[in-house]
Amino acid sequence: LQESESENRLDGETASDSESKSDFGGSPPVPTSDDTPEVLNRALSNLSSRWKNWWVRGILTLAMITFFFIIIYLGPMVLMTIVMCVQIKCFHEIITIGYNVYHSYDLPWFRTLSWYFLLCVNYFFYGETVTDYFFTLVQREEPLRILSKYHRFISFALYLTGFCMFVLSLVKKHYRLQFYMFGWTHVTLLIVVTQSHLIIHNLFEGMIWFIVPISCVICNDIMAYMFGFFFGRTPLIKLSPKKTWEGFIGGFFSTVLFGLLLSYVMSGYRCFTCPVEFNNDTNSFTMDCEPAELFQLQEYNIPVVLQSVVGWKTVRMYPFQIHSIALSTFASLIGPFGGFFASGFKRAFKIKDFANTIPGHGGIMDRFDCQYLMATFVNVYIASFIRGPNPSKLIQQFLTLRPDQQLHIFNTLKAHLVDRGILGSLEDA
Amino acid sequence: MSARRRWRAAAEQEEEEEEEEEEAAEAGSDKEVDLEERLHELDLRSDSDIPDVPPPTDSTPEILKRALSGLSARWKNWWIRGILSLAMISGFFLIIYLGSFMLMLLVLSIQVKCFHEIITIGYRVYHSYDLPWFRSLSWYFLLCVNYFFYGETVADYFATFVQRREQLQFLIRYHRFISFALYLTGFCMFVLSLVKKHYRLQFYMFAWTHVTLLITVTQSHLVIQNLFEGMIWFLVPISSVICNDITAYIFGFFFGRTPLIKLSPKKTWEGFIGGFFSTVVFGFIFSYFLAQHQYFVCPVEYNSETNRFVTECEPSELFQMKKYSVPPLLQAVLGWETVNMYPFQMHSFALSTFASLIGPFGGFFASGFKRAFKIKDFADTIPGHGGIMDRFDCQYLMATFVHVYITSFIRGPNPSKLLKQLLILQPEQQLSVYKTLKSHLVEKGILRPSLRG
Repeated sequence: LQESESENRLDGETASDSESKSDFGGSPPVPTSDDTPEVLNRALSNLSSRWKNWWVRGILTLAMITFFFIIIYLGPMVLMTIVMCVQIKCFHEIITIGYNVYHSYDLPWFRTLSWYFLLCVNYFFYGETVTDYFFTLVQREEPLRILSKYHRFISFALYLTGFCMFVLSLVKKHYRLQFYMFGWTHVTLLIVVTQSHLIIHNLFEGMIWFIVPISCVICNDIMAYMFGFFFGRTPLIKLSPKKTWEGFIGGFFSTVLFGLLLSYVMSGYRCFTCPVEFNNDTNSFTMDCEPAELFQLQEYNIPVVLQSVVGWKTVRMYPFQIHSIALSTFASLIGPFGGFFASGFKRAFKIKDFANTIPGHGGIMDRFDCQYLMATFVNVYIASFIRGPNPSKLIQQFLTLRPDQQLHIFNTLKAHLVDRGILGSLEDA
Repeated sequence: MSARRRWRAAAEQEEEEEEEEEEAAEAGSDKEVDLEERLHELDLRSDSDIPDVPPPTDSTPEILKRALSGLSARWKNWWIRGILSLAMISGFFLIIYLGSFMLMLLVLSIQVKCFHEIITIGYRVYHSYDLPWFRSLSWYFLLCVNYFFYGETVADYFATFVQRREQLQFLIRYHRFISFALYLTGFCMFVLSLVKKHYRLQFYMFAWTHVTLLITVTQSHLVIQNLFEGMIWFLVPISSVICNDITAYIFGFFFGRTPLIKLSPKKTWEGFIGGFFSTVVFGFIFSYFLAQHQYFVCPVEYNSETNRFVTECEPSELFQMKKYSVPPLLQAVLGWETVNMYPFQMHSFALSTFASLIGPFGGFFASGFKRAFKIKDFADTIPGHGGIMDRFDCQYLMATFVHVYITSFIRGPNPSKLLKQLLILQPEQQLSVYKTLKSHLVEKGILRPSLRG
């Protein structure tokens, strides 16, 4: 009974896709069982189903946001763990869809291999980041030092083992299926794992670089929904019939404003603006530093145009707030494309939601589809505009080179400095 | 489970009905049959039901055909393969002679051709040749990814060249941002190009393109990085793979008896093992000859004054003859107590072993792929051999292995990249780094603390 119910819902959703008439043309509709917790069900039992859905979504949204604040309070270590769990759950959701599409649940080895590849790629990425941030800790412990020195080789060997196992597991009648799942796994890894590691990189740069982008995307989601709910009229894109231009533009302006306010509040606190460092003595993460220029209040002249509107001549802002405008703009204008991509994906494979993890919202992937492009953008933004390479890291790399290479680099650097007049031609430094 | 089975049974029944409809429609135009249903059949049907792709046309040149017209078909094929192999190897030597720049161009053209071959297979499998935008988008993504990689790797080597030109400096400084912006444009174009009836197809082609890029483009850039390390790191691995192919074939031809793996019925254990030993010996001998010439051994550098690539240096320890004591086991066999070898020859042993033992898995992967999609060869580019991919399938794993091997065991981080990063720093940072480096070098005695500096 449940299956036919969900099929009807599916048909109703994709009414615009006329080919959904035959249930033959598509993956088996995943029965969306109602797993709203009992307590909510009782509390809302007397409301109509539309308002009930709205309330469930609203309560869950608040719950998720509260949860977000709690883990921020708990610190970087817990955040890293949460990012890791979200990544694994997203991977699991997408792979499960693949299994359902290709009926490949019974393929020999395949589940083991997918998880094995996930492990390999995570090992590789964590090794690269951990080595950088925990450098002194790694150098101290002998086994860690060896693992870090030959890290690439070990990761490659692990991956190769998986590759060879895949080749040996090819079974005659199922070649195509197995190749599909192989491709599916790799694309999923590319999307999910790389993004989660970029998020962790951003986190280490300073918790504000983690919190502001994610909050902007969430804010844009919520604001666009509200503006669409109250003022929505003109449809935005055929892929997602519920999105409207009013929601899009309203969401954009609210998110920019929200970003400015949030950055203003957060820039005042050291625990958010300082890069996360691992303290060897206390064996914990600390955020203690002299705030960078980015987080020191400065006077800005208001452009003449706005002066008449706002009434002030100058305003005190953190330079970071200017960057937050760029981040919010990206979150509102390009972030939604990640959402459209996920909508297209769901329509292509005839699923309503990625999974049922969150009542009223669907799976974890449904919540995080817009975040992906954001994480990469923030990382690229930081690398391009905020910081250059890390001098201490460069010195570390320098020390591992051969003497003749060191000399060559030293001489080139010296020539460059003399050229620019930074170093006097007299050997004085 | 039972619900799934019921659904599956119903689906299979409808499949049979659908098959007849499709056979009738296949004579007509593709557009009439509902693409979604066709695609779904493609997913569910077992491999044996999938219609074959039409056999490739015979593209042997006329000259060869006339010369070999008198032979039987089997020997004719053997001769064509042999002649083409020799032609390819000669072409290879010619390009080596012409230098690093030509080699880079060659690697780039092979990469583009491989990409084209694999994408064309994707089009055929999914009948998506007429998908709006898709061909442009695939080539656009290829361009983006190449731009990104070339900027990351090649720009390092041309550091001195780049320093002089302002516009290039801007491009280098914001390189990641520009590449990301280019990629995003492609991504957004993809999302905007999604057409109602073809969602699944378009997602498949999107994924197909990305996996292909992952395989072909990253490998070709690793090959170029190996090349810059020293041409010997480019030549020995590739030759080992080619040698393994040829000797495994010959051993299999003369002594082949026990089949190796069900995927490739023509491969035999005798060929595999014979190929392994021949490749190791070949690697040893070949490295011995190459290690003597500076041209092969030195890292490739770009000389800004002459605007050319030069390979001139003091050969590193790896390429200087050393005496090795022969282990007692082999002493009895060979009769020598010590032997003069280049240390590089020990590394060539590792490279040849990988080429013979793991390289073939790349070949099996490609065979499985061809069987899965019912194609005999990737394309018809080379008569008797198939497409470029057919020749290069074993090379892929090799290129990554050599790169990982070099970074792990031979040299530390890339000095050019380090230099590039140093030059981007703020002046104050540069000064402080300079002082730290100087004190370190003086301490180690590498730099004499003279007034001249």
